[in-house]
Amino acid sequence: MNYLQEIFATLRKNKLRTTLTGLSVSWGIFILIVLLGASNGLKNGVTANFEHRAVNRINMWTGITSIPYQGLKSGRNLKFSEQEISVVEDEVKESRLVTARSNRTQNISYGTEYGSYQVNGVMPSYAEMEKLIFEPGDGRFFNHLDYTQRSKVIVIDKQMAEVLFKEKSPLGEYVKVGQLMFKVIGVNSKKEQWGGPVAYIPFSTMQVVFNTDKKFYQLSFTVEGLETTVENERFNKSLRNLMGRQLKFDPEDNQALWVNNSQSDYIETMKIFGGVNLFVTIVGILTLIAGIVGVSNIMLVSVKERTREIGIRKAIGAPPASILTSIILESIIITAIFGYIGMFLGIGVTEIMNFITEQAANVAQSADGGPQMSVFKNPTVNIGYAIFATVLLVISGVIAGYLPARKAVKIKPIEAMRQE
Amino acid sequence: MISLTNLHKSYYTEAISLHVLKGISLNIEAGEYVSIMGASGSGKSTLLNIIGILDTYDAGEYRLNGTLIRDLSEKQAAKYRNEMIGFVFQSFNLINFKNALENVALPLYYKNVGRRQRNIVAMEHLDKMGLKDWAHHMPNELSGGQKQRVAIARAMISNPKIILADEPTGALDSQTTVEVIGLLTDLNKQGITTIIVTHEQSVADATNRIIRLKDGMIESDTSHSHPTPRDSHLENTSHPVTQNS
Ligand SMILES: Nc1ncnc2c1ncn2[C@@H]1O[C@H](COP(=O)(O)OP(=O)(O)OP(=O)(O)O)[C@@H](O)[C@H]1O
Ligand SMILES: [Mg+2]
Repeated sequence: MNYLQEIFATLRKNKLRTTLTGLSVSWGIFILIVLLGASNGLKNGVTANFEHRAVNRINMWTGITSIPYQGLKSGRNLKFSEQEISVVEDEVKESRLVTARSNRTQNISYGTEYGSYQVNGVMPSYAEMEKLIFEPGDGRFFNHLDYTQRSKVIVIDKQMAEVLFKEKSPLGEYVKVGQLMFKVIGVNSKKEQWGGPVAYIPFSTMQVVFNTDKKFYQLSFTVEGLETTVENERFNKSLRNLMGRQLKFDPEDNQALWVNNSQSDYIETMKIFGGVNLFVTIVGILTLIAGIVGVSNIMLVSVKERTREIGIRKAIGAPPASILTSIILESIIITAIFGYIGMFLGIGVTEIMNFITEQAANVAQSADGGPQMSVFKNPTVNIGYAIFATVLLVISGVIAGYLPARKAVKIKPIEAMRQE
Repeated sequence: MISLTNLHKSYYTEAISLHVLKGISLNIEAGEYVSIMGASGSGKSTLLNIIGILDTYDAGEYRLNGTLIRDLSEKQAAKYRNEMIGFVFQSFNLINFKNALENVALPLYYKNVGRRQRNIVAMEHLDKMGLKDWAHHMPNELSGGQKQRVAIARAMISNPKIILADEPTGALDSQTTVEVIGLLTDLNKQGITTIIVTHEQSVADATNRIIRLKDGMIESDTSHSHPTPRDSHLENTSHPVTQNS
């Protein structure tokens, strides 16, 4: 008690020194936490974007050939037929969930309410692939039976349900799509990452009622067992070769078939992210070192500045241990209090960043058709790291205070007092 | 009380070693009032610092109250200083961020006296020095004489057996010198062994024994008693008296 009184009195009387030391500690911790928070936000944002869908997905779109192939001229408009679906299912051994995709915009109406929406013809595996969400009581996606029977069933979007049905449950009701009646069997709560609300009908039904030529442009499937970039590149190449044989185009012809391999996107992004992570780690460590050096320096200077005081205290009978203890306690108290303030402010700022990004995400989500995409999510720091950094600075402050203090205490009082 | 036998002390700097005390033998009894004089560089401060256990010596023997003072740990040295010795320095050596009261009270802190008690005792000592009204002033708000009186109060607070004063009046004008020496004389009359290093004959004359050093050796050691009141000694001084402006 006596001890602490004397220490706090000394700290209070030396406000400038106390504040300077303290601020450098606060600043170091603050910057570190904000930095870690920002990088975490980036990491969480990027990861969240990939969580929205199955990671290992291949998307193929047919295009227009730009290279002549086996006597065929360039400029041919390519399309998939149902044959390619079975080729992907049977011959591409890495494929798992496969779906054809065919979209068109249709008027959908129920009673007096109507809207113009995109209607996608997809296969039953689509729901799993895109991780559609059916909340309890919201029905289901169409199954294999619906598909083979070419049932006129439709899965609508939550937003659509609100427009067309208001408070009423849409399940079991019939909506008019174009000129045909479809039975609503499910309401999907997952928003499209890009574009507006989408309704889904079985691709088989689509082929019959809307695609009179039985052709379509897009084919998606998930793959398994492709981990590395090399594997993915090899796979992409063999896929192009296979499709080239099927649709008769030069595998080198990138205009004829667009292939998007999300797995290789993912790998690329993760690589970049690994770089960002490394960068942030290095910057963080450097900040910490700068903080440690700063604290050490100030401790060094402040002890040096106090050599005379230490001499006086010794002359009037202060045991060296007591002087040493009080200097160390002083540095612990300064670094701990100001470190805590820095930590508090840093966490405060990351929480504000978090709040703002969440607000932004909510605004985007509620805006009609706004994308759910954000590169920043939950930019906060594990409290453990924050405490670790603070403790580290406190310890280095103590060591930095201890070494020169021990030296100063060893000087004969008469020499210490001679210092100005 | 203080017994020095053939004491030697050298300072070692990078190139040269300086033999400062060349065999000092000296006995000072309890309650004596001693001044040490001598030319600049003759080793007065060195001697006083050794007596005050602020510095060490190379050869010979120093006994304080019969205890050999040699190779003490810092802790023991601090204990002896705290219990036995009070210091008064030319440059006052007050802690500049503590007020007069806190400066005076500080030695008691190292004796583990509680703050309230410390401040009560410190205030009594300041009062004896006539500085009660200045208790809460910072050192830079005090005059030289006031600072030295604070320093004396601080030296006295732990009830030392010995007061060591190294040119306590060196930074003071003649008027203040008279006051400060008067205070030291009073302390001596209370039975405290008092040793003053000084350049001023008037100060030395106030004491009962004058030891003169020359080149690290005792040149002369003369005792004389003072039946007369202390003020009379300052009349026959050759020291120029400057009026307070
Ligand atoms: N720490 C030291 N290192 C080296 N030499 C020193 C040291 N302290 C004192 N000296 C030298 O020792 C000699 C005696 O010094 P001391 O301070 O004892 O003299 P003094 O008699 O007190 O002189 P003054 O009247 O000027 O105060 C001087 O020549 C001084 O330069
Ligand atoms: Mg001297």
